[in-house]
Amino acid sequence: MSPLTGYLLLSALIFSVGLAGALTRRSAILVLIGIELMLNAANLNFIAFWRYGPNPQALTGIMFAIFSIGIAAAEAAVGLGIILAAYRHSKTTELDQMNSMKG
Amino acid sequence: MTMSPIQQADQFFVTSQHRFVSYLPAEFQSLTSAILSVIAIVLVFALLFAITTVLERKGLGRIQNRYGPNRVGPAGFFQPLADGVKSLTKEDLVPRTADQMVHFLAPVLLVTAAFLAYAVLPVGRNMVLVNLNAGILYFFAVGSLVELAVFMAGWSSRNKYSLLGGMRAIAQMISYEVPLVLASVVVIMAAGSLSTVSIVDMQASYTGIWPHWFVFTPWGFAGFILFMIAATAESNRSPFDLPEGESEIIAGYYIEYSGFKFALFFLGEYLGMFATSGLAITLFLGGWAAPFSFLTWIPSYLWFFAKLLLLIVIFIWIRGTLPRLRMDQLMSFAWQFMLPMTLFNLFVAGVWHFMPSGIVRWLVCIALLVAPAILLSRSLKQGKKFAVRHYRFAE
Amino acid sequence: MTVTFLILAALTLAGTVAAMAMRNLIHCVLALTLGFAGLAALYLLLGAQFVGFTQILVYVGAVAILAVFVIMMTQSAIPAMQSIFSSFWVAGSVVAAAVFAVLAWAICRSGFASQVLPPVEAAVHPIGDALMHGYVLPLEIMGLLLTAAMIGAVVLAMHEKRRTP
Repeated sequence: MSPLTGYLLLSALIFSVGLAGALTRRSAILVLIGIELMLNAANLNFIAFWRYGPNPQALTGIMFAIFSIGIAAAEAAVGLGIILAAYRHSKTTELDQMNSMKG
Repeated sequence: MTMSPIQQADQFFVTSQHRFVSYLPAEFQSLTSAILSVIAIVLVFALLFAITTVLERKGLGRIQNRYGPNRVGPAGFFQPLADGVKSLTKEDLVPRTADQMVHFLAPVLLVTAAFLAYAVLPVGRNMVLVNLNAGILYFFAVGSLVELAVFMAGWSSRNKYSLLGGMRAIAQMISYEVPLVLASVVVIMAAGSLSTVSIVDMQASYTGIWPHWFVFTPWGFAGFILFMIAATAESNRSPFDLPEGESEIIAGYYIEYSGFKFALFFLGEYLGMFATSGLAITLFLGGWAAPFSFLTWIPSYLWFFAKLLLLIVIFIWIRGTLPRLRMDQLMSFAWQFMLPMTLFNLFVAGVWHFMPSGIVRWLVCIALLVAPAILLSRSLKQGKKFAVRHYRFAE
Repeated sequence: MTVTFLILAALTLAGTVAAMAMRNLIHCVLALTLGFAGLAALYLLLGAQFVGFTQILVYVGAVAILAVFVIMMTQSAIPAMQSIFSSFWVAGSVVAAAVFAVLAWAICRSGFASQVLPPVEAAVHPIGDALMHGYVLPLEIMGLLLTAAMIGAVVLAMHEKRRTP
């Protein structure tokens, strides 16, 4: 197995764990964290392909990872803000209890 | 390669490490040299911690018109030994409801993170553990682990005061991390490098007898002051020591720690202070470079530690002089003064870079820094009346 | 496939799985920081120093702390006794497992050549150059996005003033 395959398999595993968490957990915060994990898995792919790709001087993979980290930070800030606002309305962060559209 | 006696004294530790390592088989050499450097860092800064505690207690004693420790050893200078024995032999109490694992990990993580930061600090010529390409980024990345450790300590104790102290500490550290990073960005801009070693190398030359330290420019001076204020807040020292304000929340996030774990917290806090002071020296005060060209015969590591001790003395002096801030004052100072000033400083550094050198550049840059400082402090003061307060003492 | 890679991969996976499976939310976030740190170490192993340190700075220093703050503001100290998984957890896990199966199948089938490459190191200087020249528009958009996100988060998290007393 080549090193690249190892990294890609690890990244696929992290992605699936994040997906499983986002789909099965009841807490909205953990769903957000699961999404962050999926983004991180994609970052690992970018870096691995940059390292083992044909043209590492181009830095494209690094650039994608940097921008992806920035976007993930923005997403986390807004997502957690939304969770706080939702908590004020429904007094819970459990997703299956947030089932009413009325504030 | 032959070296003059001055160079030999300067490179004494480097050459003796090389000599020691060269006796070993080739496969162990790099590992052994790394381990030796780590041991040296741990020992030297732990010793510095011991010296600082004595200095601080005696200095504060002088400032507050009392003696301070004077019983153990000559003039009380063996006090840290007694403190160490005391903290090692004390009972290690853990609250019954505490989260045992997290409660145990918090001080360990704190001290580890504090020691990790020293890896990129050049304490002398050729005396740095790793010359990382992104050294300053590494320093701040490791520094952010401290916040996590503080949170773990505050949360795992299951004590409302420690929780409040932890929340305060994190809010304060996050707020002041922004100006801390932005204040160091000016130097990164001027040096064009994130590597601590090349930043010091840039400052280690002289015009006449005067050094090229970044602190001797308007933006460098303002950056240094802002950096030191933010560093005081980052290391939770007076006047920013609200997380452990004993009049409100007893001891903050480490109430429930006793014995050796408490000593670890103490150690971690001081190590963090030394590390940020070391970074300030590296960024603004020329690192290990001598202040005048005719003093370069003194070994470089001595200069680094002399500057470090000077900054520590300033920290102690400030602690003995200024009263503690209120939480809202702390926050509004961070966001309404520190952050805009560091951004202005970035702008001024750009102006300085693009203007022709001369007296005009100095005047323009100083004006560009002083005007916003005055305006911002006015707006902070707005609506509050300052007058001499008259206290009535119980007689 | 070095020993270092295997250790770091195990550490990262342990952190992420624990983050998704533990009962206490704070423990979840602490495990998550372990996973993030493991990922950062993997980036360093790949020679991407800048990204590795940025990862620690952003995820451990900011995102994890933010998540912890929100958990403290929304949760009571005693975790609820009911299940931590939602009612359709079976379907969710099946979907995740299926996604992993497809990905693993695709990766193993594609057969990347295992050529030995010289070690690459992304120095900070070329990254800065690229950000300031080729990627300057994305960088500006990024700044705009972060500013908008900051304002949005502040507006969302601020207390709404009651209109009627």
